[in-house]
Amino acid sequence: MKFSESWLREWVNPSVTRDELSHQITMAGLEVDGVDAVAADFTGVIIGEVVECGQHPDADKLRVTKINVGDDELIDIVCGAPNCRLGLKVAVAMVGAVLPGDFKIKKAKLRGQPSFGMLCSYSELGIDVESDGIIELPLDAPIGTDVREYLDLNDAVIDVDLTANRADCLGMAGLAREVGVLNRQAVTEPKWQAVTPSIDDAVVIDNQAPASCPRYLGRVVKNVDVKAPSPLWMQEKLRRSGIRSIDPIVDITNYVLIEFGQPMHAFDLNTLNGDVTIRLADGEEKLTLLDGNEITVPSDTLVIADQQKALALAGVFGGEASGVTTDTQDILLECAFFAPLAIMGKSRRLGLHTDSSHRFERGVDPELQAKVMDRATRLVLDICGGEAGPVVESKSDEHLPQPVSIVLRRSKLDRVLGHHIGDGDVTEILERLGFNVVIAEDSWKVTTATYRFDMAIEEDLIEEVARIYGYNNIPNTAPIAALSMPDHKESDISLKRVRAMMVARGFQEAVTYSFVDPKLQELVHPGETAMILPNPISVEMSAMRLSTFTGLLTAVGYNQSRQQNRVRLFETGLRFVPDETAESNVRQQAMLGAVISGNQNDEHWSMESKTVDFFDLKGDLEAIIGLTVSDEEFTFRKASHSALHPGQCAEILRNDRVIGVIGAVHPSLEKPFGLNGKTFVFELELDALLHASLPQAQTVSKFPANRRDIAIVVDEQVSAGNVVNLIRKVGENQLVGLNLFDVYQGKGVEPGKKSLAIALTLQDNTRTLEEKEIAEMVDAVVSELKSEFNALLRD
Amino acid sequence: MSQLTEIVEQALQAIEGTDDLKALDDLRVDYLGKKGKITDMMKMMGKLSAEEKPAFGQAVNQAKQAVQQKLSERIDGLKAKELEEKLSAESIDVTLPGRRIDNGGLHPVTRTIERIETFFGELGFSVKQGPEIEDDFHNFDALNISEHHPARADHDTFYFNPKLMLRTQTSGVQIRTMENEKPPLRIISPGRVYRNDYDQTHTPMFHQVEGLLVDEHVNFAELKGILHDFLRNFFEEDLQVRFRPSYFPFTEPSAEVDVMGKNGKWLEVLGCGMVHPNVLRSVGIDPEQYQGFAFGMGVERLSMLRYGVNDLRSFFENDLRFLKQFK
Repeated sequence: MKFSESWLREWVNPSVTRDELSHQITMAGLEVDGVDAVAADFTGVIIGEVVECGQHPDADKLRVTKINVGDDELIDIVCGAPNCRLGLKVAVAMVGAVLPGDFKIKKAKLRGQPSFGMLCSYSELGIDVESDGIIELPLDAPIGTDVREYLDLNDAVIDVDLTANRADCLGMAGLAREVGVLNRQAVTEPKWQAVTPSIDDAVVIDNQAPASCPRYLGRVVKNVDVKAPSPLWMQEKLRRSGIRSIDPIVDITNYVLIEFGQPMHAFDLNTLNGDVTIRLADGEEKLTLLDGNEITVPSDTLVIADQQKALALAGVFGGEASGVTTDTQDILLECAFFAPLAIMGKSRRLGLHTDSSHRFERGVDPELQAKVMDRATRLVLDICGGEAGPVVESKSDEHLPQPVSIVLRRSKLDRVLGHHIGDGDVTEILERLGFNVVIAEDSWKVTTATYRFDMAIEEDLIEEVARIYGYNNIPNTAPIAALSMPDHKESDISLKRVRAMMVARGFQEAVTYSFVDPKLQELVHPGETAMILPNPISVEMSAMRLSTFTGLLTAVGYNQSRQQNRVRLFETGLRFVPDETAESNVRQQAMLGAVISGNQNDEHWSMESKTVDFFDLKGDLEAIIGLTVSDEEFTFRKASHSALHPGQCAEILRNDRVIGVIGAVHPSLEKPFGLNGKTFVFELELDALLHASLPQAQTVSKFPANRRDIAIVVDEQVSAGNVVNLIRKVGENQLVGLNLFDVYQGKGVEPGKKSLAIALTLQDNTRTLEEKEIAEMVDAVVSELKSEFNALLRD
Repeated sequence: MSQLTEIVEQALQAIEGTDDLKALDDLRVDYLGKKGKITDMMKMMGKLSAEEKPAFGQAVNQAKQAVQQKLSERIDGLKAKELEEKLSAESIDVTLPGRRIDNGGLHPVTRTIERIETFFGELGFSVKQGPEIEDDFHNFDALNISEHHPARADHDTFYFNPKLMLRTQTSGVQIRTMENEKPPLRIISPGRVYRNDYDQTHTPMFHQVEGLLVDEHVNFAELKGILHDFLRNFFEEDLQVRFRPSYFPFTEPSAEVDVMGKNGKWLEVLGCGMVHPNVLRSVGIDPEQYQGFAFGMGVERLSMLRYGVNDLRSFFENDLRFLKQFK
């Protein structure tokens, strides 16, 4: 909420500077977002009157004027503003004046005519008012007075960002009350002459929804002049509150809105048919709002209606047909208390958010309506004339919020704050807040004020006491808690460890959005259903990811189009797979995804430049798997995946359960993702990974190990993994080492076949193996390989 | 005898004048070999009288030793020189780069989260995770944010339907923990959160770390203490910190915490407060027996301040030129 500092100081004027005031209210919980001067710096501008205004002899658009600024002599000023005319009160920048931007006013000649100053527009004075031409001051503006002083331009606009609970400060009255409390000063309300009805005209109010509208005040005012201008002081106060002047009736309702935080509405009385009815909409009726939009009013929405139709959305927006126009003569003023629950959510559902709904849904003082009705009527009579009828009130006592009684215990106060605030301070703070306080034994019985509808429980009072006392006057202490040791499992691998391993292997961690472009995701996961956000930021950010691939590949393309060819990225995060068996029908699984592309290493003076391949990434993955110290639980099985190369893709299994996939990105994805060459990815379920075996120490053999190399030739379809597994099975305990150290195809090996060279290390824990035993073992291995894979020993 | 002296003199000169191992060996044979000149002198012993023999024999032996020693010295010297030459030929440019695997790096957001986890982990807070697609109970209702509460409007929630949404805060994890575990509780919950807002200072996804401590006697002064310590540790500076009253539906009293920036302006970095009794009740904890405090912080905001990042969006572009600055 924006407000004028001067206006506030009319209510309460503590001797603190502007900065101190801003700091005070910020530290009371009303955060000041900005403080802006209402006008730029300038000097030497005073009020004058145009006493002669003639056409410039040599310029169509210029006028030659004589201005009375209260001196003995009139001043000649040439002015180009179209609204410059005889009798106008104007802002005169005298010779020697300095306008914003260090613009100095000097004697001048304009097309041969002397000019001793300038008639100013709002923008020339750095005042944010939209208008054409020069400033037109009221006719009673005192000639010779400094304009800064007259328009109170040393004022500032203070913008406070109010939290949802402090709707009581959505008006000057509430802000002033708060500032009064903080400075221990009394607050002075503006005074006006109470209105005595001069006519008997009144409306009948038929309140069919007393729970939603516990109080409704209506008053007829006849013969108002809606063409009368709003007084300058009112326009300026509204402007400084961020509200544009529209017409006097709207301005007055806006004025009391800012003054007391109470929204009002004015109907054109002569458009109403019969009684004013407060009811819920029937769900069918249409209403054209003041902004010209026609809506169908939802059935649970409170409306103000006449005997025939809905006139306005109660507390939210007026209707066009019943609104005040330039032809309006008689008005009906409405000043009501609508229950927050009746307004909450309604305006938002209709895409409407107004100053009125903002206040009603947060809460308005239910005891304020009569006062504000009187205030507004007085302003109408003063500005627009007319005759006021009596105030008609419909109220339902049982539905009106009552002041709340809360007991604040000394023990609770101390226990929550961890700090003792003296009895006297507590009592004083509560009383200054306008609460009724009865001191009891070790407690305060507090009856809160109707304008502090946010007070409901003891903790609310504790916050009030702490807030006014000052949070920063409460000491900082170290928490005291029981030292209980949380459970730790050595076999849990921390995510931190996995990340550290990826980083050590040269991967940079990425964080990509959890929502991706559904078109790109469809390329990666064709035919799979993803959860779609109905109201995304953009279509490209609307599908919940089914894997990390879409985001990671997008990141690769992004980097490669920025001359970053060598890419190694990983990401950890959830994937979102629709699954009826999961909570909320979605399986939210933590995944580790990685991608590599470009060269194995940056160009190096003694290393070969080679682009990455499947086994580079598999090596990285194996290093991660190595963290589990359970490598044998993991297997790779040739597989297919829609996003991956059909010949270079494997499922990753742990204990025969598929937990991930690795492979070369399918060439058809290279273009849509903007990939520059071969790209390899893997992804696996983190939960399936993050469990390690504990070390189980074995006796180290004292006897020598023997290495025997064999080279076998098998069909190229035979997978090395199966060969190795078979050898391991045959070798049992004596086979302590197994290393596949060469794969060869080419000269000397028949086409369609491949040669595998394998080193076997044999050792026994209890004795030295004899040559004969070793040979038998190797023979057994070879013969098993022969029968299983038709393997031949290579010469 | 003078002949012997002469031979030795010759030999020593010859050895001195040779810088070739092969030639030295030839010299050895020449003088000390079976038919060598000094060996030959030994043969002259037969012609000497018994009295002369010992002295002569001794002289020859001394001559032998002198030549042998000179030879050895010379050989050692040459070998050392040879080795030196060989090693010197093997010298390398030690300033050339090694064959390293370039280190990668953690994302600044992770780096910040890990630091926060360390600070609180040392105080016995354990890290809890939860779902990011959350139901309205855990994201709102249990946090004392009723269906039409104005605070819901402030959240710019991504809804899938009125009951299901992307979490707008990680507080749901606190609720889930309190549902499943009994106090005392000390947890922090880092993670992704989502708000439907995208501009210079907002991204639709960002990260929060929230903390919760529930125990019998935890209080506001302690909340202030722990956060003050945290901020001092995080920025490694004794910076000015202020607690400003604020409002969150799930805490009462509530505060926002500002730190004094380098530009002399206050910057909001944290929200916190004492857990609202309604929140404790909604998970079956008696607010008369237990009290709690909770706090939440935006990870990106903290990372930006800590590492001088000035565009929030750079956190999610995954530009390697940006990421590689965080090693």
